[in-house]
Amino acid sequence: MSIDVKMAWRNLWRNPRRSILTILAISFASLLLVFMLSWQFGSYETMIDSAVKIHTGHLQVQAKGYNDKKGIRMVVSDPAAVGNILNNTPEVAAYTYRANAFSLVSSKERTYGVVVVGIDPVREAGVSTLKKLIRQGSYLSEGDTDQALVGALLARNLKVGLGDELVVLGQGRDGSVAATVVKVKGIYRSGQDDFDRSSIQIPLKNFQDIYSMRGAVHEVVALGKSLEYVSEIKMAVAAGVEDIGNKGHLVVLDWMELMPGLIEAIQMDLYSGFIFYLILIVVVAFSILNTFLMAIFERTREFGVLLAIGTTPGRLSKLLLIESTIMAIAGIVFGIILGSLLTWYFQVHGIVISGTSELMRQFGLPERIYPQLSILSASIGPAAVLFITFLTALYPALKVRRFRPVEAMTAI
Amino acid sequence: MHLQLAWRNIWRNPKRTAVIMTAIIIGVWSMIFLGALMRGISEGMVRNGISTLTGHIQVHHRGYRNDPVIENSMTDPEVVETALRETLPDGAQWTSRVRVNAVASNARHTAGVTFVGIDPAHEAGISFIGKAVTEGRYLRDDDKNGIVVGRALVDKFETGLGRKIIMMSQDTDREVASRAFRIVGIFKAEMQATEKQFVFVTKEAAQHMLKLKNGISEMSVILPDQKEVRHAADNVSAALPSADYEVQTWRELLPLITAILNIYDGFMYIWFVVVFIAMGFGIVNTTLMAVFERIREFGLFKSLGMKPMWIIREVLAESFFILLIGTTIGNILSFLSVFALSGNGIDLSALASGLEYAGMSRIIYPAIYSHDVIIANLVVFILGLLVSVYPAVKAARFTPVEALTHA
Repeated sequence: MSIDVKMAWRNLWRNPRRSILTILAISFASLLLVFMLSWQFGSYETMIDSAVKIHTGHLQVQAKGYNDKKGIRMVVSDPAAVGNILNNTPEVAAYTYRANAFSLVSSKERTYGVVVVGIDPVREAGVSTLKKLIRQGSYLSEGDTDQALVGALLARNLKVGLGDELVVLGQGRDGSVAATVVKVKGIYRSGQDDFDRSSIQIPLKNFQDIYSMRGAVHEVVALGKSLEYVSEIKMAVAAGVEDIGNKGHLVVLDWMELMPGLIEAIQMDLYSGFIFYLILIVVVAFSILNTFLMAIFERTREFGVLLAIGTTPGRLSKLLLIESTIMAIAGIVFGIILGSLLTWYFQVHGIVISGTSELMRQFGLPERIYPQLSILSASIGPAAVLFITFLTALYPALKVRRFRPVEAMTAI
Repeated sequence: MHLQLAWRNIWRNPKRTAVIMTAIIIGVWSMIFLGALMRGISEGMVRNGISTLTGHIQVHHRGYRNDPVIENSMTDPEVVETALRETLPDGAQWTSRVRVNAVASNARHTAGVTFVGIDPAHEAGISFIGKAVTEGRYLRDDDKNGIVVGRALVDKFETGLGRKIIMMSQDTDREVASRAFRIVGIFKAEMQATEKQFVFVTKEAAQHMLKLKNGISEMSVILPDQKEVRHAADNVSAALPSADYEVQTWRELLPLITAILNIYDGFMYIWFVVVFIAMGFGIVNTTLMAVFERIREFGLFKSLGMKPMWIIREVLAESFFILLIGTTIGNILSFLSVFALSGNGIDLSALASGLEYAGMSRIIYPAIYSHDVIIANLVVFILGLLVSVYPAVKAARFTPVEALTHA
């Protein structure tokens, strides 16, 4: 190896300007890809995390069909049994029970149709961010019965404040009329308008009494220790649910099934990103193809001499490939370092795109976005660049094989 | 003469010229084509937003936007109609609606919906509903208890044409008013959320149920030319007493779409610059090599008395030709590809729920905006010439003697 590499190295520095420009072009592409991918991955993680923590949890056990129809009769009749399975699944960080019923909620002046959610105050705090979202008043505590949490937009629409009474009127599990009066204990704001104006939360015990649930719930919501464990937990829980004899009645749904829009939106963003990146890499490839090509035309004489003194065409190609590989590697290493530094800077300080905070909030993103540097995000882009650069370098490297020593030596 | 010289020079090494032109062509194509796609996406969003009961301009009773309830309705629609008639340009259309939150229920299901009372004939020209009914029929003026609901709601409620559905909402006396309607039509919309959210009855039926008399919730206007929106809204606003009415354009009514449009704008120009930088390295390098290859030639020119300025001009003229041909072909290709796709559009129905999450339409029709094309071309041209200045200056600095003795 040594002599070829040495020659390649020296050749590169015979025309430092050209080599540096080529290396810079490669670095630029790598830098951009590292940064953009880190950004995309970072925002996906935040989006998933916030959606999971506000809405669905990582996975849920529900009656079959409940997710589409939300019928009050489609229940998990023995929640404690499902809870036991989750207790025995080590990757589960926390779980809670919820029950939902669409009802009419009236204040003194207004009536709205909203979803009344029964929550277990203590368990809910471990699974969702609801407790942290309280902006006025306080969260439900364990002994509460006729207290409720209300979203900020709904509270505004209903014109209620803390301590005001709300009349709830709905239909129970057995078809009877479910009616009660609750007091507003806390007002929360998630920033996602849909969530903030469409539901009120009351203690699960109270919910089960009012809606004659006979101890049943609609959703058993679990949060894994992290996103990676979800499929593992899902398998374990699905097997456990089979065992408790609910043949085909209960289903285990993960967050992707519960929020199909979220995962598709992420895929779409990823695909469209890839189209942009691909075009960028192709443009860069053509930019450097020229450099590689010109370099061999300029050095036709030199190659003629090398061939004349007995260098095999294969070795010549190898020499050229080593040259381009050195440039490509130097370029992507430089690009990865710069890209990582740039990403790291923004990972610490965050990026604010002015005028977008309202939009970000609706997707559960904070106003300030923090890109997330990872081995994956720092390597995919540069790897693609390396691959394309190598392909580009093949063309001139193969072309020199066709040089004839005599003709080449007499070229200008 | 030096233009001719430059033209001949770029063809002395056609392969080099062809490669760098390819880079420019792909760059320009990607700028304009992807720009057109993004414009297509955003136009789709805007079109969708406007036709989903927004319109270009809306007039409400003051306070309705923050608190869309029956108390905030306009009791005297004639005043608004007169103002619209006097201020709007010819060809503008408008319609009035009653629009309140309501609860829909049947024997098995209950859900919150937006209950909209429309004027069937006028509404058809303004929002999506006129063409969206796919089963049964659209509303007629004399439909006293007919209702048109979305496909998704019908599925959720396990009901169908001819079946009953009960609406409950608060009336002007703050009592809960309820009334049964019979489903006469089922509509399909771009978004499932729209199908679940809106139910339509005639304006008279809604007014009667809510004891509104002649009152309406909103007036929605479509202008013949979308560009006049701001101006028209100002005129309408001036013609109405501002204590009682608020006039808003779709940009204010759909803040999220407006925010997305702004992001797209910014992103597009960043993309232009990024692609240019990628091309720029190639342009500089190619021009540099072209210059160094011809050191002797430039030395000769100089010793024959050519001024350094002329050499700079000569090198820049070569870049100019390469850029000119590259951008021209790039433009032609991008127009052709946009044209090829604009007939049927790009159908992304496979990703329907993702599109819905992001608020995009299912079919994207790429749209070329002249100012995007101009900016893309200017970026390539001006920056392309600027980066060629460096090699050009290098060429002008060769001293004749050194250059002539160069190998």
